Amino acid sequence: MDGNLNALTTIFTEFYYWVTVVFMFLIHVGFCMYEVGASRRKNHMHTLMKNVMIIPLVTVTFFFFGWWIYWAFPNFPLFGGLDMAAGSANAPWSETMGTNAGDRITGVFWAAFLLFSWTAASIVSGSVIERIRSSALWVHAVLIGSVWWIIDASWGWHYGGWMVKYLGYHDAYASGVIHAIAGGYALGVLWVLGPRIGKFASNGKPRDIPPHNPWMVTLGIFMIYTGFWGFYAACNVPLISPEVIGGEIVGTTWTATNIYLAPTTLGAITVNFLLSLSGGLMATYIVSKGDAFWTFSGGLAGIIGASAGNDLYHPMQALIIGAIVPVIAYKLHNYVERKFKIDDAVGAVAVHGYAGFLGVVIAGFVLWGAPSSPFEGYAVITPWGQLAGAIIMFLVLGFIPAYVVARIQAARGTLRIPAEVELQGLDLGGQQAYDDAVAEITAASAKHIKSK
Amino acid sequence: MSTIGYKSWAVDMADVGAIYPFQGAEVLMVIVGVVFWVGWHVIQFNRETIELEEARKAASAAQTKAALERY
Repeated sequence: MDGNLNALTTIFTEFYYWVTVVFMFLIHVGFCMYEVGASRRKNHMHTLMKNVMIIPLVTVTFFFFGWWIYWAFPNFPLFGGLDMAAGSANAPWSETMGTNAGDRITGVFWAAFLLFSWTAASIVSGSVIERIRSSALWVHAVLIGSVWWIIDASWGWHYGGWMVKYLGYHDAYASGVIHAIAGGYALGVLWVLGPRIGKFASNGKPRDIPPHNPWMVTLGIFMIYTGFWGFYAACNVPLISPEVIGGEIVGTTWTATNIYLAPTTLGAITVNFLLSLSGGLMATYIVSKGDAFWTFSGGLAGIIGASAGNDLYHPMQALIIGAIVPVIAYKLHNYVERKFKIDDAVGAVAVHGYAGFLGVVIAGFVLWGAPSSPFEGYAVITPWGQLAGAIIMFLVLGFIPAYVVARIQAARGTLRIPAEVELQGLDLGGQQAYDDAVAEITAASAKHIKSK
Repeated sequence: MSTIGYKSWAVDMADVGAIYPFQGAEVLMVIVGVVFWVGWHVIQFNRETIELEEARKAASAAQTKAALERY
């Protein structure tokens, strides 16, 4: 850190990402609250544990190989080999991964990406509650959190990724690279897993399974909104000089950039975040006839729908895109639920998968011809580049791997809990122990009072 | 002797890099971590299999009815 300006920039950047990581922890808190609130009382401790253990399992595997994948895979395998030089600097045994006075950025940057990984895994977790085996979900959590999503990030969310270079793929706040892939992945698991007992009537009509605690669901989604705000900041580089970018930007004016090192501002993305949230809330309130669950989820889908281009959109574009996308996602959810008997307990496939997919494609039209990168020779943003990117995210890296792994688990009998356990609830053992403990301590207290 | 490679902080910070203990044993430490991770999955999977089987056998109509009524 030679020179005061360099030192200040480094420490500011380190602190900036640290703050975003703390904010993003609220996403996981929100997902836990949302899932537990949406589950029935007989399952809520199991549901909570299933999501909480995503944290350590994705963390250790992201340290072991996820972070290395991001740096080594930008052109692998279609457009080049593994980038071993960049990968080795971010391997788990690299000196920069430990306490290192010469590198203050790798740790916080790693942590920011890790929190994105938790989110990808947690999105899948919510959709499969009340019937999946925890061990099965945790295998999927590691795969989506530390393998598949980070491959897509390396391809389409890295300044040197082949999707950015050759497709002009633009996805500033991860409509596709986190939400479409996680939604597609959830659909792949759900397709094999099947619905909860009683979800569909004998005539095929879906039954509502109301949350046991709607207030917890509400607080959960507000936590997710808050964490998502931190996520937006985490996707930016807060301050960088044209010289450091090393691209086509001329002059000496420093700027904030998106993940591709192309210019944006923190102010713009904050306004667009709020306008797309508002569009989603308003439109879904209308289309769902004021259903609280869908209105709140629609707000989230509004943000996700506009996220691909929220670094450049005008606020009114963010508002309208944020309004249109959740309506389509809501309609698609109902259609897929009835047609294919898909029981998505929290609407994750719609809110993340369909909204993310649509958001990527819409950005291709609204930002048509805009540069995807500050570097020379990169493709510009186009509808076909974005459509190809959305398919890669949702289908190729999301749905297909999930479907294959879930089929293997189902064939081995390790995907779903027994029907008897599903009916009586996964918390039966814990509930029995709780009831026994209450009875024992109550009796002991009564005996103590009587002996006085 | 110092496990971190420094016995005093009388240094120019421009020359300081890694300061964690046992530098040079990173690969070994990662192997220990991977064994811990894989072992955890094995233990959890086996334990869950037993617990689900016990719960399946212990399931009764009365308990199921009580669980459904609790919602």
